[in-house]
Amino acid sequence: MDPECSQLLPALCSVLADPRQPVADDTCLEKLLDWFKTITEAGSSLLLLQENPCLLGLLCHVLKPQDLSPRVLAFSLRLAGMLAAQEDCFQYLQQGELLPRLFGEAGPLGGAAWTAPSVRSGWIQGLRSLARHPSALCFLADCGAVDTIFSLQGDSSLFVASAAGQLLVHILGLSLQGAAEGHPGLQTGDWPVCAQKIVSHIEESLRSAATPQITQALNVLTTTFGHCHNPWTQVLWVRLSPLVACLLEKDPVPAAHSLVDLLLSVARSSVLSSSSCGLWETLAQTLSHLSPTQAGPLALGILKLQECPQALRAQAFAVLLQPLTCVLEATAQAPGLLDSLDGTGGASVTVDTLLPSKAACVGLLCRTLAHLELLQPLPQRPSPWPQAPLLGATVTILRLCSGLATPTSDAGGHLCAFLVGCVRVQRAALDFLGTLSQGTGPRELVTRVFAVLLEYLTSPDSSPTVLKKAFQATFRWLQSSPETPGCSDLDPHAQLFLRELLPVLPKRLCSPCWEVRDSGLEFLTQMIGHWGGQAGFRRALLASEVPELTEQLLRDPESYVRASAVAAMGQLSSQGLRVTPASPEHPGGRQKSLLAELLRILSTDSEGFPRRAVMHVFTQWLRDGHADVAGDTERFVARVLQVASQDLDWEVRAQGLELALVFLEQTLGRPSSHCPYAVTPPVAAPPSPLAQALRPLCRVQLFEFAFRALFDCDRPVAQKSCDLLLFLRAQTASYSGPQGSGSVPEVASVEAALQRWQAGDQGQPLGYLEPEVVVAVLRSMDLEGLRGVLAESSDRVEKSPQSLLQDMLATVGALGEDEADCY
Amino acid sequence: MKLYCLSGHPTLPCNVLKFKSTTIMLDCGLDMTSTLNFLPLPLVQSPRLSNLPGWSLKDGNAFLDKELKECSGHVFVDSVPEFCLPETELIDLSTVDVILISNYHCMMALPYITEHTGFTGTVYATEPTVQIGRLLMEELVNFIERVPKAQSASLWKNKDIQRLLPSPLKDAVEVSTWRRCYTMQEVNSALSKIQLVGYSQKIELFGAVQVTPLSSGYALGSSNWIIQSHYEKVSYVSGSSLLTTHPQPMDQASLKNSDVLVLTGLTQIPTANPDGMVGEFCSNLALTVRNGGNVLVPCYPSGVIYDLLECLYQYIDSAGLSNIPFYFISPVANSSLEFSQIFAEWLCHNKQTKVYLPEPPFPHAELIQTNKLKHYPSLHGDFSSDFRQPCVVFTGHPSLRFGDVVHFMELWGKSSLNTVIFTEPDFSYLEALAPYQPLAMKCIYCPIDTRLNFIQVSKLLKEVQPLHVVCPEQYTQPPPAQSHRMDLMIDCQPPAMSYRRAEVLALPFKRRYEKIEIMPELADSLVPMEIKPGISLATVSAVLHTKDNKHVLQPPPRPTQPTGGKKRKRASDDIPDCKVLKPLLSGSIPVEQFVQALEKHGFSDIKVEDTAKGHIVLLQEAETLIQIEEDSTHIICDNDEMLRVRLRDLVLKFLQKF
Repeated sequence: MDPECSQLLPALCSVLADPRQPVADDTCLEKLLDWFKTITEAGSSLLLLQENPCLLGLLCHVLKPQDLSPRVLAFSLRLAGMLAAQEDCFQYLQQGELLPRLFGEAGPLGGAAWTAPSVRSGWIQGLRSLARHPSALCFLADCGAVDTIFSLQGDSSLFVASAAGQLLVHILGLSLQGAAEGHPGLQTGDWPVCAQKIVSHIEESLRSAATPQITQALNVLTTTFGHCHNPWTQVLWVRLSPLVACLLEKDPVPAAHSLVDLLLSVARSSVLSSSSCGLWETLAQTLSHLSPTQAGPLALGILKLQECPQALRAQAFAVLLQPLTCVLEATAQAPGLLDSLDGTGGASVTVDTLLPSKAACVGLLCRTLAHLELLQPLPQRPSPWPQAPLLGATVTILRLCSGLATPTSDAGGHLCAFLVGCVRVQRAALDFLGTLSQGTGPRELVTRVFAVLLEYLTSPDSSPTVLKKAFQATFRWLQSSPETPGCSDLDPHAQLFLRELLPVLPKRLCSPCWEVRDSGLEFLTQMIGHWGGQAGFRRALLASEVPELTEQLLRDPESYVRASAVAAMGQLSSQGLRVTPASPEHPGGRQKSLLAELLRILSTDSEGFPRRAVMHVFTQWLRDGHADVAGDTERFVARVLQVASQDLDWEVRAQGLELALVFLEQTLGRPSSHCPYAVTPPVAAPPSPLAQALRPLCRVQLFEFAFRALFDCDRPVAQKSCDLLLFLRAQTASYSGPQGSGSVPEVASVEAALQRWQAGDQGQPLGYLEPEVVVAVLRSMDLEGLRGVLAESSDRVEKSPQSLLQDMLATVGALGEDEADCY
Repeated sequence: MKLYCLSGHPTLPCNVLKFKSTTIMLDCGLDMTSTLNFLPLPLVQSPRLSNLPGWSLKDGNAFLDKELKECSGHVFVDSVPEFCLPETELIDLSTVDVILISNYHCMMALPYITEHTGFTGTVYATEPTVQIGRLLMEELVNFIERVPKAQSASLWKNKDIQRLLPSPLKDAVEVSTWRRCYTMQEVNSALSKIQLVGYSQKIELFGAVQVTPLSSGYALGSSNWIIQSHYEKVSYVSGSSLLTTHPQPMDQASLKNSDVLVLTGLTQIPTANPDGMVGEFCSNLALTVRNGGNVLVPCYPSGVIYDLLECLYQYIDSAGLSNIPFYFISPVANSSLEFSQIFAEWLCHNKQTKVYLPEPPFPHAELIQTNKLKHYPSLHGDFSSDFRQPCVVFTGHPSLRFGDVVHFMELWGKSSLNTVIFTEPDFSYLEALAPYQPLAMKCIYCPIDTRLNFIQVSKLLKEVQPLHVVCPEQYTQPPPAQSHRMDLMIDCQPPAMSYRRAEVLALPFKRRYEKIEIMPELADSLVPMEIKPGISLATVSAVLHTKDNKHVLQPPPRPTQPTGGKKRKRASDDIPDCKVLKPLLSGSIPVEQFVQALEKHGFSDIKVEDTAKGHIVLLQEAETLIQIEEDSTHIICDNDEMLRVRLRDLVLKFLQKF
């Protein structure tokens, strides 16, 4: 511990021990505990106590009957536990009988303070820290703590109850650490007393008729099997699994969620799943006993297991697919589809039982679709994956939701009535449909997919969120549609779809709802990015009103839409898809005006998003050598940097540095690999002498921009600028230009100006800088040092323990002053 | 209680409720879809319409060619448009005591009823309903009267001839009862019979029932009605909305505990969500105008147009349409726009609070101020000089058969740049467009109907829990075009009773109680006796006095003191019996204890027999029989009065007297 902190600690302890000086904020107590934790982890707790007797004083003091705040009491309990984690310190504290007084019956446990949940929580956490060594186990047994922990499992505070459960698991693990590890064959009857006591308690709870008790027991077991993979866990499972199996015989199965968690936790445990202890049978039995809603998560968990018997997987998959099978059955799909979905081939479940009410139906379908979506990309997903029936079911659900499907059966009619207009199911189904684009499907089904997507994109009833998902799913399906061999164009099928889709897009871009306009533009940007080069797409797009409407949306009242329009226009222009009426007088006249329009947005738009979007577009244009930019790159870069440097949004300034870097690379050649260990070829000599190469950078005032950014009040900007300047200095390392005497005063004045900038006075511009001056300034600056400073988090000073102690004392002092003022 | 159903149109209802001694007409809707069978009335001579070929029978007989014209395969009557009136033969309408109007769309048949049936009662409606209803009628009369048509076709209505006509003329119902539009004089006379009411105001009808209008949330001043007596409650729900638009929100709570709920006026487009349709409307409007086309919106002069203008107010700037003129053309355009701003108390909370700022509640005031929205009584006059294209025109009539809209259809129909957007759900847009075919203009159908949909109805019914629901038959089955949509019908328990035009329903509910008042002095004289904790009884002798459906118990007249002459009065003059009353008995006789009591009093040889109604106690020695039943006890003994009295007194010991 720092001597400064040691000096402050006694004062703090006396403040904490004084009930008249309440600690206003318990986050500082948490920070204090964190600090003690780092100290005790790094060194001896005993030494800490001996060097700082005030700590022991505090622990003794809190035991006196007084009105101490529950926070300080909880803090002291946790601190004591933390200190006693080391056995020598534990013994030291035991000598003074301090620990039994803190954690035993005589302590807060019996007092009024126990009613505060924070004290109970502090008691548990203290014991949790303390229980690290065999002596601690004896202590726990002596002070009867385990019984208290049992009762705290049902505490009214969920935090306390959950911590109590975890503490039990910890104690069980600790007590068996020494005993069972040496003898893996040891039966529970031979386990230490403490462990036996806990196991009996769990057994008793599992036999109980009260669901909360069963839940507590199951949760303790789940944590045990989840965290501990020692051989003794197998012994424990063998002993308890019959009781768990008994739960399945009850109707309804109590605490089903916790039971599912437990079984999955057991199944994931390497010790248990590899042995034959009836686990798979229990899982199979559970799958068939639980209700469809409860069985879904279990089925998903089973399917995610790396190793698991094939029959069980098939059963789990059938359970997971049940709702979809039901949908297909109710809507009388082709029987072929049904066979492949109904994996069990057993009694099929009817809509009435599985999907009895609207709420149940919607909930179950959403969960099922979400589960399948999670499962789809996994390597261990069931094989063969029933792509076609899943596609069929998803399309059917979407059609039911939009009222398109015309079911003939009663069950189908009910489903239709439940699902029509249900946004939740629509969203889930569209998400899953998008995921299914990863696989292929029969041509006829893919046609149906595109048809239903088009229906959703066209329908006036699609809500904005549904529409966004429909756009996303459409893009994924278009992306996955095969390209025609030998021709870099979309397949005729997708072409046909595009032809129908493009008339829909203008309507969406004119929607009064900004979310719709925005997702329409995002979709357009994606499409152009992917197919902008393909003739069929280009023709269709140019024939539509889309490019013109997109340009109009640059002036949309909603900033998000403007930002998306900027991105879309950037793409359109890059791909040469902007509509330019052929006019001989103004060749490319309108093209220029887009640059002007984007510059206008960059310099005048009141919102950050469109300006950021403009910077992204400009950077991309510069990188790609866009025609507008290539004509007069220097002028373009100078103008953009000038505007960006005055922007109030740090992301715009940071993006300005990105653009500067691109320009730099283009002027000086590519930077070496960022990986310091990569083998780099010798840097290619610049095409011209360096001074000449730096001149364009000087002309566009890149250095002024970078230096300003170096002292930016936003750290990411400064860091980025520092990196850029370091790169530049590396590039100019070999430069040995004329360091003429004439330039020295100029360097000094620049350095002086930079110092003023650093001090916060950025008013004075640097003006035009000669390359020599720049190089000299770069060399004289401690950029590495600056980078080091910037790399540290900005609150490094405030986070120091000394500062924490001072703050806490100051707060209390301030409180004291207030009191004085009152008098 | 009976319900006479005079209209088959579920959103333009006209029903008569007979309840207690009153006859109440619920709404007075006019089915105007009949006008779709007629040729449009052009404001400016239309060569196309006047040159349409006459229709002739298959055999070439052309005797109808003056009356019927053919256009693109459809046949239309070339005559002044006529309307299908509510049924007038089912019940004598002169016996109707009151007419309750729920909203301005449901009163359009009022002049036909009040002026031509001998009706002498009162009509009740809220102020905005009357004012805007008047505007709608005025517009209708104006549209039809300003294009006088010499010809009035009637030959085609002959039943034998009608059979030969093509659909839909062939299937048109009750054509003989179709009538031409009323005159302004009839309108004024009809409206003079209306008495204005406010929400939650209680109106007594002959002391028998009380009627109360409640906000229905659909239109300015629109109401549902509660018709209740002391022990019965009938709710009439017609044209209600739960969406947040301009009117005051719907009052649902007051509909609770109804014995019967008559449910009419649900949305006509249950599959279209109004929000989606407004979006569709705006996008299509913007797309057309951007391409240099004009937009025509056939609409009523009040109602949804206020909401559309409000949406456009927010939308036009964002869509870059600030320079596009919006025209609203109707003989009552000015009044409609101004009336809407003065009915603050009938508006939703948001709009009400604006009035205190003070600001006009509707933003169309600002559109007018900034010259973005201009309104004209007709396309003649100022409009023709201000007219600038591309533009957006709101004008009537939504049937496209009369009004300024006819001119714009003729003017703009030939260009595919222009668009007609249908927002009113009352007419089938395909039928409305039929006489304008072939049409190059784009047609968009975005019906905006804010009335309750079936999901909202099922929530409403769950909440208000009526004992019985009565509704038009259309609501008890899915729409014919979507027979699988089980969600598009009323689903309630017990199943709703349905009605159709010209049907009389006996409502399934019996009246059991009537409230009777008791005069204070009579009440004072009562001596209640508690027979059970919380239940007291008293005997009362009084005169029941009934007047104006109110019943009062009054003290009986005092017996005139017998004067000197002790001559008996004639029986007919006899006043109610005022001699000392025998006490009334109550309670039951426990047989076992009764037998014990008999034994105690020296009776022996007692036998008890159980009968279906009670018990028979046989005293064999005394040859006496005591028959104890639920509501009577008989002692049968042979001329031994002493014995009978002894037994009677024993029986009485077990009973309470008062």
